[in-house]
Amino acid sequence: MLAYLLRRLLYAIPILIGVNLLTFALFFVVNTPDDMARMQLGVKRVTPEAIAKWKAERGYDAPLFWNGEAAGLEKATRTIFFTKSARLFVGDFGAAEDGRDIATEIRTRMGPSLAIAIPTFILGLLVTVSLALLLAFFRATALDFWGVVACVAMMSISGLFYIIGGQWLISKVWRLVPISGYVEGLDAWKFLLLPVAIGVVAGIGSSARWYRTIFLEEMGKDYVRTARAKGLSESVVMFRHVLRNAMIPILTGVVVVIPLLFMGSLLTESFFGIPGLGSYTIDAINAQDFAVVRSMVFIGSVLYIAGLILTDISYTLVDPRIRFD
Amino acid sequence: MAFLPVFLWSDLVIWLLVAALGLLAWGVARTPPLGAAWGRVLHSRTGMASLAVLALFVAVGLLDSAHYRPRLADAPQNGQGSGAGAAPAYGVEVLSLLDALLTPLRTQVEKTYSAPLATRAYAKEMQEVRQPDGSLVQQRDFPRLKFGGAHLGSEESAWAGDVARRLLQGYGLAILLWAALAIFLAGRLARRRQCSFRQSWRELWRRPPTSTAPAWDALLLTLAGLFLLLTPLLALAPEYHVLGTDKVGQDVLYQILKSIRTALVIGLVTTLVTLPVGVLLGIAAGYFRGWVDDLIQYLYTTLSSIPGVLLIAAAVLMMQVVIDTHPEWFATAAERADLRLLALCFILGMTSWTGLARLLRGETLKLSQLEYIQAAQAFGVSSWRILLRHILPNVMHIVLIALVMDFSGLVLAEAVLSYVGIGVDPTMISFGTMINNARMELAREPMVWWSLAAAFVFMFILVLAANLFADVVRDAFDPRAA
Repeated sequence: MLAYLLRRLLYAIPILIGVNLLTFALFFVVNTPDDMARMQLGVKRVTPEAIAKWKAERGYDAPLFWNGEAAGLEKATRTIFFTKSARLFVGDFGAAEDGRDIATEIRTRMGPSLAIAIPTFILGLLVTVSLALLLAFFRATALDFWGVVACVAMMSISGLFYIIGGQWLISKVWRLVPISGYVEGLDAWKFLLLPVAIGVVAGIGSSARWYRTIFLEEMGKDYVRTARAKGLSESVVMFRHVLRNAMIPILTGVVVVIPLLFMGSLLTESFFGIPGLGSYTIDAINAQDFAVVRSMVFIGSVLYIAGLILTDISYTLVDPRIRFD
Repeated sequence: MAFLPVFLWSDLVIWLLVAALGLLAWGVARTPPLGAAWGRVLHSRTGMASLAVLALFVAVGLLDSAHYRPRLADAPQNGQGSGAGAAPAYGVEVLSLLDALLTPLRTQVEKTYSAPLATRAYAKEMQEVRQPDGSLVQQRDFPRLKFGGAHLGSEESAWAGDVARRLLQGYGLAILLWAALAIFLAGRLARRRQCSFRQSWRELWRRPPTSTAPAWDALLLTLAGLFLLLTPLLALAPEYHVLGTDKVGQDVLYQILKSIRTALVIGLVTTLVTLPVGVLLGIAAGYFRGWVDDLIQYLYTTLSSIPGVLLIAAAVLMMQVVIDTHPEWFATAAERADLRLLALCFILGMTSWTGLARLLRGETLKLSQLEYIQAAQAFGVSSWRILLRHILPNVMHIVLIALVMDFSGLVLAEAVLSYVGIGVDPTMISFGTMINNARMELAREPMVWWSLAAAFVFMFILVLAANLFADVVRDAFDPRAA
């Protein structure tokens, strides 16, 4: 197990290097720093001096890969690649356009993001799995048919509609919870209620239908027939046998997103004014803050790879047949 | 010439796509197993109904994909001799056939918001009203719209009667059209099957249980619904803003119809980009194994390990820089918006081929173990020939299912991306930009709900039809389901 984990971790390194090179190519080779400077400064104020100053302030004035003018080891280190991209590996993200340190910003914004993402994730999983189980239990009845119809209809509705409609109905018409905003501490619950509820409802359609298919597939297998044949009640069959075995395909899709919960949700956070990482990313995109977007891309892929490894570990926990040796 | 044809890049792609689909349909008709699978799609009521709705959307999209620049009215010439020889001048505005058909909707622009079917604006304004004694008095009132219900003149009380009359006319037309179509269809079927009209009419509505005939009843019912919805719209649209107007007074119905093309382009062109990359890399990885497999797996693991939205955001930001620093590449604003749309499709395609490649790799791994492939290898058939002749046709059902499943997701993604600010050009009308422009309107007093509601409803219909169609296609083509 340990050897396997170690191998997976080693395998993650070339992938992260690939991600790093890819973002580097996107941000610095497709467009030169000169182009970015022109874009940020606006058309009117573009003079060679202004561009040079803009680049020097942000450390974009070095060569891309190889600094022939520097001495010794600095030939490789005094380059844009080393200062901007290679340093991401040690968690040094540099400063945003407004001069603030990106790493500190990420640490402070992680809390609100998690406060929304974790309840949404857990509640969403509980609700969708139980709904899917219900539909599978009543398979081939009117309840199942209309349930699937409702699922297809719900997954055809834009995520924006859930948010806009929910805010309008619950906050504006019924005035149950504030429309947006956030406070630190325990009082945050009333700001979290609506985004979490909307997040759960928006996810029901596609997930419940997907899990139902998994359950139905599992119920067609021989061991289920054996279980019924030896006289087990339908509920024991469903909960003790089908649910447990269906966990493996469900885990594949679920565990991988757990680390990504740190990143928050772009839409929810920006609509509800939650100062999390999702709204940080959106603000950075709108302000064309390349340093922040670059850092978020890198963190996102680190978390995704962590999710893949977690998925493998969770397999061994739920399925004793799987051993990595 | 009265107009100058304009070929936007996306137009070319769309018409090429239509031509390819036509060729494909021809090929399918000549291949019995494929024909049978598509027959199952048409046999399904859901399949037929969703196909009819999708076909309507596609028709609107195609009408909106033939662009031209209208000739400007000849400016009055100073000298007499210069008039004949001067080159004709064309407007800078690029219009489409759909724009030409919808000229009244496009040009009848009000000052600002107005509710659906309204004759007066949504907000009160200061107006000067001439009193009976001849003096002018300032008064706050809802001003009359310039175009909405203008034909009523001062008799606004006739509004209800006029709307009802037009609705009835619309319904009448719908029933007539539908009846004509149904009778025509039954007649055609009667002739083909060489049975009486009465029998073919009966079989249209009640298929024998063993029949594999297309679900004509579902088609006719869907068409009935569509006609009842659309013909009253046609009857009302020339004189009223049926779905209201937005902040700058643009007709919402016009914007909705224009959004359809954007949604279709995003959904179709993106899959066109995904297809060659995903298919080629997927089956190559599964067939050649070894270092090719390692390399391709590394490539798609790397790409898919970056969260999709962030990768798209990064790529779109960079594309914006390229577009903004090279204004000289684009002759008109429409061309710029169009190229940005295609670039967005390209970016979406480049970030979404990984799923398809992974599926195909797995399937090819399985197929390449089978005897018929080993036989082909033993006969010395070249690898590429095996891939093309023996592997590709046997994974095509996966490709097809993946494609139809992706379409609805892409349409929804466009709205989200445009909201985040990394979608289509802000000047391009799409469901996303409509929602983005209207998102603060629900907070107004009284509420402006019509443009949001219209955008969401039409997007819902399109996506629902696409989802239902995808399900039917999957059931018809997936060998596991049969």
